Amino acid sequence: MEENEILLMKGNEAIAHAAIRCGCDGYFGYPITPQSEILETLAVEKPWETTGMVVVQAESELASINMVYGGGATGKRVMTSSSSPGVALMQEGITYMAGAEIPGLIVNVQRGGPGLGTIQPSQGDYFQSTRGGGNGDYNVIVLAPASVQEMADFVDLSFTLAFRYRIPVIMLSDGVIGQMMEKVVLPPFKPRRTEEELRQECPWAANGCKNRKKNIVTSLELDPHAMELHNIHLQEKYKEIKEKEVRYEEYMTEDAEYLIVAFGSAARIAQKAIELCRAKGIRVGMLRPITLWPFPSQAIKTLAQKAKGILSMEINAGQMVEDIQLAVQGCVPVFHYGRMGGIVPTPEEIVNEVEKMKQ
Amino acid sequence: MTNQDIIQPENLVYKKPTLLNDNPMHYCPGCSHSVVHKLIAEVIEEMGMENRSVGVSPVGCAVFAYNYLDIDWIEAAHGRAPAIACATKRLWPENLVFTYQGDGDLACIGTAETIHALNRGDNIAIIFVNNAIYGMTGGQMAPTTLMGMKTATCPYGREASLHGFPLKITEIAATLEGTCYVTRQAVNKVAYIRRAKAAIRKAFEYSMQGKGSSLVEIVSTCSSGWKKTPEEANQWMEDHMFPYYKLGDLKDKA
Repeated sequence: MEENEILLMKGNEAIAHAAIRCGCDGYFGYPITPQSEILETLAVEKPWETTGMVVVQAESELASINMVYGGGATGKRVMTSSSSPGVALMQEGITYMAGAEIPGLIVNVQRGGPGLGTIQPSQGDYFQSTRGGGNGDYNVIVLAPASVQEMADFVDLSFTLAFRYRIPVIMLSDGVIGQMMEKVVLPPFKPRRTEEELRQECPWAANGCKNRKKNIVTSLELDPHAMELHNIHLQEKYKEIKEKEVRYEEYMTEDAEYLIVAFGSAARIAQKAIELCRAKGIRVGMLRPITLWPFPSQAIKTLAQKAKGILSMEINAGQMVEDIQLAVQGCVPVFHYGRMGGIVPTPEEIVNEVEKMKQ
Repeated sequence: MTNQDIIQPENLVYKKPTLLNDNPMHYCPGCSHSVVHKLIAEVIEEMGMENRSVGVSPVGCAVFAYNYLDIDWIEAAHGRAPAIACATKRLWPENLVFTYQGDGDLACIGTAETIHALNRGDNIAIIFVNNAIYGMTGGQMAPTTLMGMKTATCPYGREASLHGFPLKITEIAATLEGTCYVTRQAVNKVAYIRRAKAAIRKAFEYSMQGKGSSLVEIVSTCSSGWKKTPEEANQWMEDHMFPYYKLGDLKDKA
């Protein structure tokens, strides 16, 4: 394929190609619907013969997240992908990564739950992703792509953020974006870092103590005073991320009387619903959070000043709506609309909800 | 003649390996861990791999192994060390990568990670310290606890109908195509210590030669968990552990 060529592919395939192109050092994953194309595409592309990227099909999601832990602990750009029940299994590894401050990328192509649930799309893992998910006080950066293009673009962005802050990054996609085919321009080729570049970027990594003192990558500290200091350090880091890394997009908000907040595939449906509302003369706009953590609370609070109502549109029972309520602090009515169990709402259902909000 | 006059390079027949630092060890008197730590330090030094070694420490008594050996370390979640080592080695093939695990970590909660890392033939060495008990949490039943042996969670002795049987995971490892070297050693006598050191050296060398995975089990004591003096524990190990966990090489693809 040519550079900048417009291609037609699935979101899952785009992630695999983007990983090879952005200098990813390793992928470790276990098959689960609806994201198995990521591992399959990598297996077909054989990047170990071109860029030297390592690809391993692990024995479980527990193993794959710990392979990411092990690879990230040595300073390598490594990733895994899974879907909801698999990501539930990974929570142990993610909290260890957060504690030991290990960078890495976890892609969650969400499906409906709870339990084994369904293989159809869902956004039911919002709480799991934005609240930590595992044990202890921690956060991870959560990016929500709304297109195949963003699934490709967010791979490099995730690694940049993960290494800037030594933090795991979750790309929270869903079965719609993962499986649908759209046009995409893949990111330009970037070579993997040399050992020298890596050692310079990651002086903390455990990769053989050449010309330096030994490094220990651990989340354990038995002295409570030292452990509290480590927690304070983590919280300060999270505060900095909240100040600097909030990302969102506004759509037709300038004159909007009503605001829809939606992320990922729900935002695509909401966009269509807004066109239908506008045709009926209802002035609706949308704020699409790109980072779910840190959440764009301030931007929502600002838009709430001139809004008569806010609709949180999610493909779940109502999770992000709590963050919106926290952001607006009761200054405007906040509603939720969502479907569950793998059902994706139609734009007409959203129009109906906006009209209800008007009454 | 003073001591300082005697301590001259030409008179030295033994010294503490430089990789083993002076941090006071938290291990109980009579514990086998400290001897195994020393052997690993000696082997890494003799191989000249001081700057190219990464150890993966477990959850269990050896969780703090990283405090005593001056190489790079990654602390694993319980049982996950072999998965971590798999990625660490594949991403840094020129590094010596080994895990250091106990029986609960390796043969119970981490059985899947152990079997699959060994079966993939990852070029890593697994050092497996088997003392048939959970030491760090206070002496509970382990997968390798012997029949009839008393622990905090089988206070009347291990019984097949209640607890199943002691797991010979090293024998299982020997059947896997990915393993190149599987052996069972001990460190309670000088002759055993020498053999154990040679085994660790062989496992480390095979991993650097790309021959596949190695498993070195060290049958060990836990005098605190077994509620015995160090001397009694050593005797009990010889009388009860060795007949079930037989010492020697189970596999060597030289």
